[in-house]
Amino acid sequence: MTKIDRKGLTRRALLGRAIAAGALTVSGAGFIAAPDAAWALEVSVITPEQMATLLQMARDIYPHDQVGDRFYAVAVKGYDAEGAKEMVAAGISELNAAAQAIGHPDYLSIGWEEDRVKVLEAVEATAFFQTVRAGLVTGLYNQKNIWPIFGYQGESYSQGGYIDRGFDDIDWL
Amino acid sequence: MVTKFELNDDSVVVIIGTGAGGGVLANELAQKGVKVVALEAGGRYLPEDFVNDEWESFGQLAWTDARTTSGSWRVAKDFAGLPAWIVKAVGGTTTHWAGASIRFQEHEWKALSTYGNVDGANLLDWPIDATEMAPWYEKAETKLGVTRTGDRAGLPGNNNFKVFERGAKALGYNEVHTGRMAINSREYDDRMACQQTGFCFQGCKWGAKWSAAYTDIPRGEATGNLEVRERSHVARILHNEAGKVKGVEYFDKDGNLHLQKARIVCVAGNSFESPRLLLNSASSMFPNGLANSSGMVGKNYMRHTTGSVYAIFDKPVRMWRGTTMAGIVQDEARHDPSRGFVGGFELETLSLGLPFMAAFLNPGGWGRGFTTALDHYENMAGMWIVGEDMPQLNNGVTLSDVKDQYGLPVANVNFDDHPNDVAMRNYAYKRGIEMYEAVGATRAFPTPPYPSTHNLGTNRMSEKPEDGVVNKWGQSHDISNLFVSDGSQFTTGAAENPTLTIVALAIRQADFIAREMSANNI
Repeated sequence: MTKIDRKGLTRRALLGRAIAAGALTVSGAGFIAAPDAAWALEVSVITPEQMATLLQMARDIYPHDQVGDRFYAVAVKGYDAEGAKEMVAAGISELNAAAQAIGHPDYLSIGWEEDRVKVLEAVEATAFFQTVRAGLVTGLYNQKNIWPIFGYQGESYSQGGYIDRGFDDIDWL
Repeated sequence: MVTKFELNDDSVVVIIGTGAGGGVLANELAQKGVKVVALEAGGRYLPEDFVNDEWESFGQLAWTDARTTSGSWRVAKDFAGLPAWIVKAVGGTTTHWAGASIRFQEHEWKALSTYGNVDGANLLDWPIDATEMAPWYEKAETKLGVTRTGDRAGLPGNNNFKVFERGAKALGYNEVHTGRMAINSREYDDRMACQQTGFCFQGCKWGAKWSAAYTDIPRGEATGNLEVRERSHVARILHNEAGKVKGVEYFDKDGNLHLQKARIVCVAGNSFESPRLLLNSASSMFPNGLANSSGMVGKNYMRHTTGSVYAIFDKPVRMWRGTTMAGIVQDEARHDPSRGFVGGFELETLSLGLPFMAAFLNPGGWGRGFTTALDHYENMAGMWIVGEDMPQLNNGVTLSDVKDQYGLPVANVNFDDHPNDVAMRNYAYKRGIEMYEAVGATRAFPTPPYPSTHNLGTNRMSEKPEDGVVNKWGQSHDISNLFVSDGSQFTTGAAENPTLTIVALAIRQADFIAREMSANNI
């Protein structure tokens, strides 16, 4: 479904710092990567296609256009595990079947988010969907590196709180 | 060196739980020279241990032992194993609470007389009133250092409050201010002033917020009359052939079972664990559980009519900065049935960090409707609704089929909203949204209730033994040396955050217990 491109990749899983842009590359060698090779995620138990599907699902469930794929990759990488293998395989089969039921080859090949969302709505009640969704609530939003994208400042005690750092600095009322 | 009492010392008062009720009671009794063993299921965490991180702190402090849920409330679906967001630690939920400390209004002590019979509700008047409680409230306010009481100044308003205040005034509300808070606006009682850090719910790292964990508990221990045994989970209260309680069995941190003898037992494990313990203590003499001749143990559970309103503006608010709940509108707290419901509600400022906002804004929600709200987190303001809910017989705690790590049946918490609760919540949502729209909000979110933080009423206080579990002193109607000392003794919930009232009742109960012990009545 996508080209195989190993350029610039190593066998090690690495999550780089640059924001990924554009479609993912699914490598035949056991990992998926951003087109600019800014990061890559190695899979050892589930297939690269399955991981790419999970990643797309994560983006479609909690879409934030200003948040790079690498954060979503962190949130779903735990599914590359023996304990999750069966659930992932069965869940993605269901997902692809739901996509085929409305005339698409599979979930990943659907171009528009709103069409993929229709597929997700069809499987919303399944344990697979709910597991992935619930896992993202902490897996995505509890990454400290993601907070600055939303303006959230996190821990403040070590900086003396906000008493001298703008607790009452609103200027537009 | 902290005092240790013998397991077979039957002269001690055993208190189960060390929160706003048990922690205060333990210290007050110790100050009067009464020997106390306090058994606390959780561990001990102090300001240096607290963390400014919502999920990490939740893992450190929250009660996450098994509980089950049933009923039509949304919490049973979204948080089936977590009916309440309360704490398992020395000091109990006083580490996590927001600090809002307001007295009941006079009429709220007499809900049945004031509201009349409400279909489906099990209303009752408290056997005490505002006049009786006034001096105890004053002692509680002094203990907690409540702002805007005595000569204590109010806290300064943060960004979230300023938006809230502007909206409230635009709607014509008059009783709007930064609250009566057990958070120091100036140094008080060896605790420093608030540094506007946020994270009030994660334990105050400055100790500016009152918590029993670092005030009443160590002060009680310093008298030599109080021993706190942490990580001690009480399994059962035991009684003698005369029907008086004589001690408790508890599991220590290693899972070993001990028997601590007692002259008096005070239950203060919150509105889930206290009735659960009384029910789990059933015997051949008391087959329905201790103190339960009325059948009211576990009944009439109240959780306040709650909900939140968050709104997005076209410019930044940064609501997370500063004291989380220092902001209140009290105009709607009155009883005014023309609004379509009995009782009233408070509106209070509230903010959650990004991780908890993602979990609680619309539990189960997903897609762009959800994520575009979070995209504007920085421009968000928030408030919480807290109003009086109706006691109902079928709302409450029963023993579940599920067992905990000690093999004891856990609490099942059943809850259905009463139509009065729904009417009040919908009215409050509308007013909250109007407040923010008056300041230019571009989008507003009526957010459903979180897992309960105010848990009340499952061992309620009553004049007549057939109507409730305890008398006006929190003493069980059935067993004179068995007391209830937490929010479960609330007859009705009133519109106010309950901690101040729990503390006032505990100070008053300590006075009663010490007096009755001296007189050899118990």
